[in-house]
Amino acid sequence: MAVDTNALPVPALAPAPPAAKRRKRRRWSASTLVLAFPVPILALIFWHMGVTNAWTLPFGIRMAFLPYPYDVAQSLVDFAFGGIRNDAFSGELWVNLGASAGRVLTGFAVAAIIAIPIGILMGRYGVISKLLDPSVNLLRPIPATAWLPLVALIIGIGDQKTIFLISLSAFFPILLGSISGAKQVPPRLIEAAQMLGTRPAEILFKIVLPAAAPALINGLRVGLGLSWVILVLGESSGTSVGLGATITLARDIVRTDLIVVGMICIGLAGFISDRLLLLIFRLAFRGRPLFE
Amino acid sequence: MTSLTTSTPEVHMNPGRMAGVRIESLGKRYGDPETGTLAMADVNVHVRSGEFIAIVGASGCGKSTLLRIVAGFEKATSGSVSVGDKPVAGPGADRGVVFQDYGLFPWLTVRENVMYGPRQKRIKRKDAGATADRFIEAVGLTRFASHYPGQLSGGMQQRVAIARVLAIDPSVLLMDEPFGALDALTRSELQTELRRIHLETKTTVLFVTHSIEEAVYLADRVVVMTGGASHGVPGHIQKIVTVDLPDRDVTSPEFNALKREISDLVHADHA
Repeated sequence: MAVDTNALPVPALAPAPPAAKRRKRRRWSASTLVLAFPVPILALIFWHMGVTNAWTLPFGIRMAFLPYPYDVAQSLVDFAFGGIRNDAFSGELWVNLGASAGRVLTGFAVAAIIAIPIGILMGRYGVISKLLDPSVNLLRPIPATAWLPLVALIIGIGDQKTIFLISLSAFFPILLGSISGAKQVPPRLIEAAQMLGTRPAEILFKIVLPAAAPALINGLRVGLGLSWVILVLGESSGTSVGLGATITLARDIVRTDLIVVGMICIGLAGFISDRLLLLIFRLAFRGRPLFE
Repeated sequence: MTSLTTSTPEVHMNPGRMAGVRIESLGKRYGDPETGTLAMADVNVHVRSGEFIAIVGASGCGKSTLLRIVAGFEKATSGSVSVGDKPVAGPGADRGVVFQDYGLFPWLTVRENVMYGPRQKRIKRKDAGATADRFIEAVGLTRFASHYPGQLSGGMQQRVAIARVLAIDPSVLLMDEPFGALDALTRSELQTELRRIHLETKTTVLFVTHSIEEAVYLADRVVVMTGGASHGVPGHIQKIVTVDLPDRDVTSPEFNALKREISDLVHADHA
């Protein structure tokens, strides 16, 4: 298979590397692309044959109950653009994606807005850390699945429940990232800022925040990924629109092809949102060596 | 890197801010204020305005502690330090510090690093930029103004660090083994350059170093410290040696006689 390396998207923001380095990078991209294909193609062939021959795999996986890969592909196209099956799900992807993305974004943003300042302060000030650390470590191991019944009772069903669960779950990785980022700031940089006349409150914004950026961004990425996981849980009851709700509905009417379509869509949405988050930071930092 | 001593412009600073440093019976005890280890005791130095003071001594004699107390990063447990007439209460922009490991902000360009201090003084961006450009030129890094510290060699980073403190126009320059991490060639280059900058700006300098040759080459007076916790006596001043050499020719007999005298003093307590 011929891969036109010139057609690969080149990140416009990165400063042009020397020619030798660029060539090396391109060859690397081409081989990456070629090597990426065999495994998924073999998996698809295996899947198809498994359904055809009704294989039973370990764990009691009965492949006869799975849809054919081709059916999933058709349902996916129909879910996105309609015109194939013309049922209740045709062309409904975007409405569902919009609703889900809105919940993820709101929940994630609330978590970030609360967790980053608290984490930075906990990382910088021993008193605040001692004050909050025990409570954080007590609450952190409680999974969102364990929160769900209580939350369903005290908040009720609907958007707010899902958003709350997402915020709760995304809060901890963002908090931990902020704490470790703030703790790792080299004392030398604080001293340098002090002797250049930086006031204590300003040191948090001018020194600690940028120096903590790599760990903080890692925390945000983990938190955003977790937000999509919790979305499915939150939408599994009392919600009619959303990718998680679609999966639940598909299960109720035994449409395995649609369940898989929902899984694919959530996976893609999670992947794309992670890339978007990185892109936003890259744009905001304009080539500053703050992360990666 | 080409020699910078002939082509660089003069560095003009405001002479009104210059000040001496009075270090009076300074002591530092770690741990318990009564029974803790006494790291340094009874240190007295009166640094005249515009004077270049080098502090030499073996590891653990308290020379870096002394500098960090003057910088305001650490508190003395007895005695006092004042810069000009002002007692030192904490770190401040009247005392510019150059660290051995540079301490540059890696997310800011060279120009932004040098602008940082003036901007903290609420100087307009345009004026701060002009100040930065002037000092970046003075240390010969104009071509690298938009580079990030991580893209520069150690010697170049230390030049940026020097430009950064000169830009805040400090009364006193505090340098803690600033050339200790550099190779011999870069080191001697920067020594020449620092001497030129000091002769032009007449800023008061306190310079901590391991190298006796460096001390004699740069300083008006050399403070020799001995002792330290590992010797069972607190770090203290052994002697203050005046360097009375008209030119600093490192190969001359007078220069080497002085070096030997100081070396004997440094190792006095080992004998």
